[in-house]
Order: sequence, then C-alpha cells, then structure tokens
Amino acid sequence: MLKVENLYKSFDKFLAVNGAELTVEKGQLVAVIGPNGAGKTTLFNLITGMLKPDRGRVVFNEEDISKLPPHDICRKGIARSFQIANVFPRLTVFKNVQVAVLSQQRKSSNLFRPAHRMAVEETNRILSSVGLLEKADHLAGSLSHGDHRILEIAIALGNEPQMLILDEPTAGMSPDETSSTMGLIKRLAETHGLTILFCEHDMDVVFNTAQSIMVMHYGKTIIQGKPEEVKSNMEVQEAYLGGADA
Amino acid sequence: MRKQYFSKSLWVCVVLLVALLLAPPILPRFYTYILAVIFVTALLAMSLNMVVGHGGMFQFHHCVFYGVGAYTFALTVTKAGWPMWLCFVVSPLAAALAGFVIGWFCVRLTSLYFGMLQISLGSLLWAIAFRWYSLTKGDDGIHSIPVPGFAATTSSAYYFILFSFILCVVVMYLIYKSPFGVTLQATRDNPARCSAVGINVRRHQLMAIVIATFFAGVAGVLFVVLEKSVFPDLLFWVLSLEIFIMCLLGGWFTFAGPILGAAITVALRTFAGIYTEYWTLILGVLLILLIFFLPEGAMGFFLQKFEKGRDKETAPPRGQHAES
Repeated sequence: MLKVENLYKSFDKFLAVNGAELTVEKGQLVAVIGPNGAGKTTLFNLITGMLKPDRGRVVFNEEDISKLPPHDICRKGIARSFQIANVFPRLTVFKNVQVAVLSQQRKSSNLFRPAHRMAVEETNRILSSVGLLEKADHLAGSLSHGDHRILEIAIALGNEPQMLILDEPTAGMSPDETSSTMGLIKRLAETHGLTILFCEHDMDVVFNTAQSIMVMHYGKTIIQGKPEEVKSNMEVQEAYLGGADA
Repeated sequence: MRKQYFSKSLWVCVVLLVALLLAPPILPRFYTYILAVIFVTALLAMSLNMVVGHGGMFQFHHCVFYGVGAYTFALTVTKAGWPMWLCFVVSPLAAALAGFVIGWFCVRLTSLYFGMLQISLGSLLWAIAFRWYSLTKGDDGIHSIPVPGFAATTSSAYYFILFSFILCVVVMYLIYKSPFGVTLQATRDNPARCSAVGINVRRHQLMAIVIATFFAGVAGVLFVVLEKSVFPDLLFWVLSLEIFIMCLLGGWFTFAGPILGAAITVALRTFAGIYTEYWTLILGVLLILLIFFLPEGAMGFFLQKFEKGRDKETAPPRGQHAES
C-alpha cells in the first residue's frame, strides 16, 4: 500500500534521512524504531508532504505522492498525528475533530449554514470511539496530556483515512495510559480496517503490537521484518537494543 | 439555562435596536451623526477582525480596502455617472478585487512578513489615490458627491447605515459560525495541523481576505453616503493602525468586540477631542492599561464576567438537585 524507496533528506549538511526504505502492506500495523535523532519524524514528515525529499520516492496506492502538498496527500487517504501535541487550543474538543470531518466531507468552505448542526453524528461517533465524548465541550487547550494525545488521534480519524501515521502516540504517557492507548490503536486497526504506521520508544509496546518493524539508524534503514527476525538481528542489537542495556 | 441565556441576549439586542431606531428624532443631529460614524467604523473594524482575530493574519493595512470602496463609489458616481444601484454593487466588489490581488501575494508569507508586504502593497494604492491628480484630485479629495434621495439627510443616512450595518453583521455572524468560519479559526490556531487534515490553508486564508475586504468596501461606501466626500487619508496607514487598536480594545477573539472598540475610539476622538488635540494620548494610556489588565479586550472581559456569573447562578440549583 505504501512504499518508500531510497529516500534522502538533508538539512544544511546534516543527512537526516539517508536512504530509507519502507514497505507497508494493507491492514498491517507497522512500527518504525531507532534511537533519538534517527530520522523517524523526518521520515513521517516526508511521507505526509510536510517536507519535500531531496531524492527518492514515496508511493501510495501505486501513485508517487512525494511532490504533493500535505493537504492533497491527506485527501489521498493518509492522516497523521504529531509527536508534540498539535491541536487547536482555542477550539473545543468537538470542533477540533469537526474541522477534520468537515474537511473530509469537503464542506470547509461552506459559508452560510451553521456549523454546529453539521457533521455532528460523525464527530460524536469518533469522539465516543476514543472515549472523549464527555469532554466534547472542553477547550482543547485545557485537556490533560494523555487526553491531548488521544485527541491527536481523534483528529486524524476525522479524515476517514485508509492509513494512519502516528508519531510516538504514547510519548510522555504513564504505563497505564500507554497500554490503554495501544489497546485503542489495536482496536481501531481492527474495527476500521486501518493500516497503521507508528514510531515508538517503548520496546515492549513495539514488539507486542507491531506485525512488521523497521529499524532506522542515522537516517538509514537497517532492516525491516517480522518482530522475531528483527530481534535476532545482530546489527540491530548493536545499534539499539544493546545501547538500551548499557 | 442555555435557552435562558440566549433569550436574554436576544432581549438586549431588541431593546438596543428599538433605542437605535428611536434615536434620530430624539437626539440632536450631531449625536445621530456620531452614531452613524460609529456604525461605519465598527463595520470596518469587524471586517478587519475577521482576518486578524479569526484568521490570525497580520493585515496591518486594512483601511486600504475601505478607501478603495469609497473611491470606487465616488468615482463611479461623479465621473462614470453609472446608475446608483450599480455603484453600490460595484464598489464593494472593487474592494474585494483589490483584496484578492494583494492577498494573493500576502498569503504566501506568514506572520510579520505577511504584515510588511501587506503594508507595502497597500501603500501603493494610497500613493495612487494621493498622486493621480487628474482622476482622484489628490490631496484635495472629491467633495459634494451626490447620494440617493433616501439617504440625503443626516437622519435618513443614519437609517440607511444602521440597516446596512445590521445586515452585514448578521451575514458576518453566519459566516463566523459556518464551517468556513470554524475552519478559519482552526487555521489561526494551527496552520500545520490544518494542512494535515486536508485543508488548503492558503486558499482558505485568501478567501477570508476577499470576504473581509468586501465588507471593508461596504463600510467605505457607507462612509461616502454619510460624508459625501472622499480623501486620501482613508487609505493612509494611520487609520489602519487605529482600527487595529479598535480590535484589540474590543477583544479580537470575540465576534462583537470590534463594535465596542470602535464605539470607544470614536467617542474618545469626538468628546476628548473637543478639549485636547492630544486625545490619542488617552487612547495610548487606555491601550497600555488594557494590555496589562484585560488581555482579552473589553468584550472578552465582559463575556468572561457574564459566563462566571452564569456559573454562579446555575451552581446552587444543581447542588439542591443533588441533595433532594
């Protein structure tokens, strides 16, 4: 479904992404791991069009999307959440999600109908599926950190994506919150038939959830494979797991 | 509770409207005129607030579009001699066209760079109005512009302006509450996130600019109806600064704040202006106090008070309900 081929991106002279390769099959839960600064977020920014690659291709559903602007890529069916909570702080939780739903329904430019009667059902359905319905009237800026992260995912769901990209969905969460969030992600993948690409620091979480794991180091793809294959790979242990032990 | 709140504010509006309708026969002509000036200025400030407060764009030189509306009306009436209704329609459209052209360049930039480019391009239009003597009469301006009979006297002009003002405010309110308006506020809060949910941020911003400049053009036309003259100061950056301050004064995250801001500023200019030409000094001090004590603006402050008051009102019955 998604194929990243030999992707390069540099900032000044620093090679942030240096030959990344990634394959995501439909319906899979794929994780990208690697130490801090390995280029995971840059890779996600390249896939979603926030950055333009220097070289290489991003192919989604047989179509090269590496030159499209972010809003067009979103229209093709890729939605994302951000590593740093990236919501609309002055709008309510409901409106945060509604903005995405309205955009999906192509009603963002509708001028004269009251918005509070539009896309209500869809928005409420998403809010209840992630468990934020009771907080629908709260300002997004007033949410707790954990709820912020969930709202991130809810906004991305508003676009009814085929594929969801989550940049460290559990960053800064307590162990409890982490496991409930991963449960939510798994459930969404099953019930919505979503393909999910995510990156994560917690190794237990990754090896328990992902069906395929891609390891990045210094912007380069070292290996992509099933969790067992990756675990047994020596090079990985040197780069990442070994480093974690020390 | 919610219903009560709405009907309460509706009553306030009705009472206010009746008072405004009865004003001309009761008030001296001068005060009727000042009220009309407030409506025209308030409409201009609200159109600016759509871009600045709701859209988060630094439209530093907004009064240019006010001037374009006013000049287009003046020129089409005096020079082209078009039928009056056509002049009324064409003038706001001309302002919107100017807004489109200038906005098309500006939305490619962000924050201060947007603002600087906007000032430069806007000043070009001011220079045209100021220098092109054969067309605009330059610094002299154009005077005794004929206006239609239904708006010829001060009180009939007042009614015409009041009616247009209310109509525009209603339409702007609908837009504010529409998907377009909600999305616009989302682009203000977080443009990057907006593009990630599939919104073409630049196009949305440009659309907001075009709509806002249209209403600025309407305000320009109303100015001519009231004053029957135009002059290059309408496009001068000082006026832009003034309406920017009105938005800040009233509260730029509220919908009706700029009306209050405009009323305060116009009243101050008129009444403090009688005693001292340094009335802007008072405005300056007011602005400093505002930034320190009421960062949400006057209207934002009242709304907060009101909301808090409502919570207090609703809290006891809830408690009683729980006990019983």
